This record gives sequence, structure tokens and C-alpha cells, in this order.
Amino acid sequence: MWDYTDKVRDHFLNPRNAGPMEDPTVVGEVGSLACGDALKLFLKIDDTGRITDATFQTFGCASAIASSSVLTELLKGKTVDEAAAITNKEIATELGGLPREKMHCSVMGQEALESALKRFRGELEPLAKPEGEIVCKCFGVTDVQIRRAITENGLTTVEEITDYTKAGGGCGECVLDLERILAETRGTEPAKTKPAAPQRKLTNLQRMQLVTKVIDEEIRPSLKKDRGDIELLDIEGPKVLVSMRGACSGCPSSQLTIKELVQRRLRDAVDPEIVVEEVRS
Amino acid sequence: MKEIYLDNNATTKVAPEVLEAMLPFLRDSYGNASSMHGFGGKVGTFISQAREQTAQSLGCSPDEIIFTSCGTESDNTAIFSAVRSQPEKRHVVTTRVEHPAVLNVASHLEIAGYEVTHLKVDEQGRLDLQELEESLRPDTALVSVMHANNENGVIFPLESISEIVKSRGILLHTDAVQTVGKLPIDLEKLAVDFLALSAHKVHGPKGVGALYVRRGVPFRPFMLGGHQEKGRRAGTENVAGIVALGKAMEMAALGIHEENNRVRALRDRLEQGILDAIPDVRRNGDPASRLPNTTSLAFKYIEGESILLMLDQHGICASSGSACTSGSLEPSHVLRAMGVPFTYAHGSIRFSLSRYTTDAEIDLVLRELPGIVSRLRAMSPFTATSEAAGDCAC
Repeated sequence: MWDYTDKVRDHFLNPRNAGPMEDPTVVGEVGSLACGDALKLFLKIDDTGRITDATFQTFGCASAIASSSVLTELLKGKTVDEAAAITNKEIATELGGLPREKMHCSVMGQEALESALKRFRGELEPLAKPEGEIVCKCFGVTDVQIRRAITENGLTTVEEITDYTKAGGGCGECVLDLERILAETRGTEPAKTKPAAPQRKLTNLQRMQLVTKVIDEEIRPSLKKDRGDIELLDIEGPKVLVSMRGACSGCPSSQLTIKELVQRRLRDAVDPEIVVEEVRS
Repeated sequence: MKEIYLDNNATTKVAPEVLEAMLPFLRDSYGNASSMHGFGGKVGTFISQAREQTAQSLGCSPDEIIFTSCGTESDNTAIFSAVRSQPEKRHVVTTRVEHPAVLNVASHLEIAGYEVTHLKVDEQGRLDLQELEESLRPDTALVSVMHANNENGVIFPLESISEIVKSRGILLHTDAVQTVGKLPIDLEKLAVDFLALSAHKVHGPKGVGALYVRRGVPFRPFMLGGHQEKGRRAGTENVAGIVALGKAMEMAALGIHEENNRVRALRDRLEQGILDAIPDVRRNGDPASRLPNTTSLAFKYIEGESILLMLDQHGICASSGSACTSGSLEPSHVLRAMGVPFTYAHGSIRFSLSRYTTDAEIDLVLRELPGIVSRLRAMSPFTATSEAAGDCAC
């Protein structure tokens, strides 16, 4: 069982301001059932720009419900500008802390608040899509959300990105992207550390060696984290034939893995013309 | 507040009779069974007695039983023994829903260069025997298939599996940690080569288990050291634990059919009561072939950890296959392998009963759970009429 503070337990068991609101001024929404976390934040804002009431509906664990509850308490009485300054750290601190792996619950609170305030300011359409490009397809996390979590929370590892945003916590296909975004955001050496696609035309032998190297050193370790594996069967010109092994064998997402992880990485590192095809035994 | 313990697939209460049986070996009879003096040597007779009790309850010979420290050690020993005794064979077959005591060994073997086939299960948690048959190869060293799943209770057809595997001359290991004491097992009829069990799942203490190794099967010890267990498992014997295991096994075998019927009736009343009282609940696992004590139910629109913590307020102990209880972000590998939609998988709860579960305890769960689900659903942004996400099971 998680080591929750008394305040987290209290807000979970006795949530403040739970439930939908009639005639809210604005609603902020984040998450989904598929993600395992979702928050709908209802705000009533008066003519002077002060939040007079806040309620929530949350799908999630105890820390998600507690984070939502404490957020509504933090919001009441604040002006919109004051509310905009609330961060996930403040939510977590107000609860007396959250387990490291649950920090994404506090981030969800901050994001729901931002969504609501943007709508209040007319910056977001009611059904607007999240800013940026989706990096983690499992949990629908964008590069903008990831960069922001890194900057605001001083994150230094991919594991921390997962704790704060959930990105990378599913199939793991985006781990290489997370490493790149982490390096770029922190201003350290970015993805250039990986072998760049050679400029000159490769011989068949060179192409085979490079494909093998990228699969063995980058792709296979990533798949093995999820108990999957890949076997290189053959190379016919630009066509790379592979067979998925372990948990990847027969996985409904294997085509996504092949195209989005294997093919993309081989195109980046070896040849932009490469087409990866799965051979099913 | 009285505890209502419905998490018996995790561990069980030590039976008072078992506790009584082991206490002398923690108090007065503390001698080392390997000692030459009579004080130590006489405890060896109690180890022999426990071995006979264990063997008798499984329908095997006492010399086919090796005492270990737990089910995990038994699983590890069996798998490593099978591959080390056949170094020319580099392929192992297992399933996607095994306990980590098997799955992590399989991953270790893969890193070491072995090829591992992970058999799929269907949406009911059942194996495809044709896929098993097709997966077998001349270089297959071992098939490792659990007898019943700890999360959904689904029982795999071990007799049919053994017919397929043994007809090809391949070693067969089964993790029977969840079935020993719950299902009658007769190793004279069941053609497995290795069978792992654990005392704390059958009202014995933690820290002791056993491995059945069929006579004549090549064996390589996992624990190296002294000559205990005929050199098959080194380390000073956990005499109190072994005696307790013997007693627990003896007790489990007595009246197992009657006890199964009683527990199954309680489980069915709990399950049906929940399904009748609460809408949007799904049963995880094949109802036709399940452990009599287990039900795994998934509650749509809410998350498992929240249900567990609210049940805990009433002293009700259960467990969840949801993500948030495990520290992982995705539901359990078993629910994922079954393709349980995320909309349900996040809200999965397992109730597992025991011989000590009473009617009154089931009544209390049936009284409290609907209110908890209703309270959490009222807090959820999703309802039966407006769903913001699809049933993606990818």
C-alpha cells in the first residue's frame, strides 16, 4: 500500500467540493478512461475575475482524488491571475507530499486548471486538442507537456518524466523520444549522440551491419523492457524483414511498434528509404 | 474493527493447528537436523514426517519432494534445472500470464540467449492448446505453465497440456502455488515433471515451500552448499517451517471436496450479489474453469485503488490488478494479456476466500461495496451515459 500522508487520506476519504457544478463559468478537462486518470474542474468566476466556487469530478486513484480536492480549496477566493500561478508542486506540498510515482496526479490538477483558465480567456475552444505533438501514444502526452514538466520540476531522467507525466509508462515505444526531449530541454547533448544517418550510399554489407547494430543496441533493449524482442531475418535492398518475439509476438500494437519505433529509427540512423516488414511464422 | 480477509491468493492465515505443530521447533527442539548428536538428529524424523505428509497429499513418493524457502525458489529451481540439464536445448515455452517467479526467469534466460515463446490467452484467460502444440520444437527444453492464475483464478487444463508436452518428450513444470490445497492433485495421474507449491498459500507460514521433482527427471540443484535434501537443496533446514508445511498440506487434503463446495458457494454468492446490485461490472476470467475461492471483478468508470482504500475503511482486505496499486501505470500483465478493456481494467478488484471466510463477512461486503462504488462513480467524470474514452485495449 502506498505511504500516503494523513492529509492525502483525509482529502480522499472526505473530498471537498466533489461533484459537477450547475452553470459553471468554465470547465477544464484532462485525461481519459484509457489513461487511468481524468479530471474535470468546474469554476465559477465573478465579474471581477475572482473564483467564487470550484468543484471537481475525478477518475483515478486516491492521490488523484486528493489532488483534485485540495486544488479546489486552493482556488476558492483567488483571482484568475493568482490561480494561474498555482503549480503542481504547490498542490503536492499542500497535501504534505505525494509518493514520487504519484506526482502525475498533481500535474493533472495543474493541467486541468490551465485548461479551464485558457478557456476562460478564450484561448481554447471547448473541444480544443492539447497543444503540441503527442509523444506518448499510450497516455496521450504531448511534447509541450513533457518539456514543461522537465523545466518546472527540474527533472533529469526519463523515469522522472514518467512519474510526473505518465509518458513512457505504457508500451515504452516513446522512450527514445523522451531521452531526446530531455536532452533538448535541459540543453545537454541532444539526440546527436546517436549515430546520424550516413550521407554516402551504403554497400549492402555496410547497410546490414548498421541495421544489425541499431537493432541490437537501441531497439532490442527498448522492447525487452516490455518483455518483447525482435529478430532480424533478412535485408532485401531497402526492405528489412523482421520477426517479433516474446511479448511483441502477436501483440495488437506490433505493427505500430514496427512502423513507429523500428522503421523510424532505422530510417533515421541508416537509410530514409528503409521499409520494415514483419514476417509472421 | 474486525478484519475481513478476502486476499487469500496473496497469503493466508496460519491455521491454529499448524502454529501448534511448528512451535516446539522454535522453542525447545531447536537442534540442527544435520548434527550427529541425538538432540539435533531427532528433528530429522519430523522432517521425514512432513515429507510424507506432503507427498501423500500430492499422490507422489516422499523422495520426490524437495523442501525450499518459497514458491519462487521452487519455480526458479525447476526452470534452471531443466535448462541446465539439457544444455543443447535453447528454447523454453511459457505463458504471458505467469507469476513473476516464472516470467522474470524467462526474461533472464532470454538475455542469456535462450528463445522463449510466451503463449497468449484469450479474453477469458484461457490458453490455446493448438498454439501450445505448434510452439513445441526439437530444441524445446521446458514448458512452464501455471496450474491456475493468481489474479483471475482461471485453471489451465494441465492434463491435456501434459499429454501434448509429454508426447513430445519435453519436460513440464507447473507453478501450482494457487491450486495446492484448493484443488485435489494426484501426481500419479498428472504427468508433470516439476510442481511448485508454497506453504503460506495453504494456511502455513511464509518462508517455506516445496518442489516436486518426478523420479528419474534429470536434476541440477539451484542452491549449492551442504548435503541437505540429498544435495538437491543446500542450506540448514527450516525445521519449524517444514513441519508446518507438512501439517498444512495434511489439513488441506482432508475434506477438500466439501470445503471447495462451501467456499465456492460463498464466492458465488458474493459474485452474484455484486453483479446483481451494481451495474457495469464485468467478471474477469473463465467462469467454467476457475478456482473455487477466487473472483476478479472489474468496475467500470472508477479506479481499483480507490475501491480498495474505501473497502479498507470497513476492514475489508482485497486486492487489485489496477495500475495504481502496483506502482506501474498500466493494469496488470494478466488483464492486459486477456485484452480487458482499459475502461474496466483500471477498476479491477480480486476477492479470494479461504476456509475461514464466513457468511457474515460476505454479507458485510455485499452491504458496503455498492455504496463505495456509487460514491466513487458520483465523483467520476464518466457515467453510463457519457463516456469520454473508448474501450481501447491496446
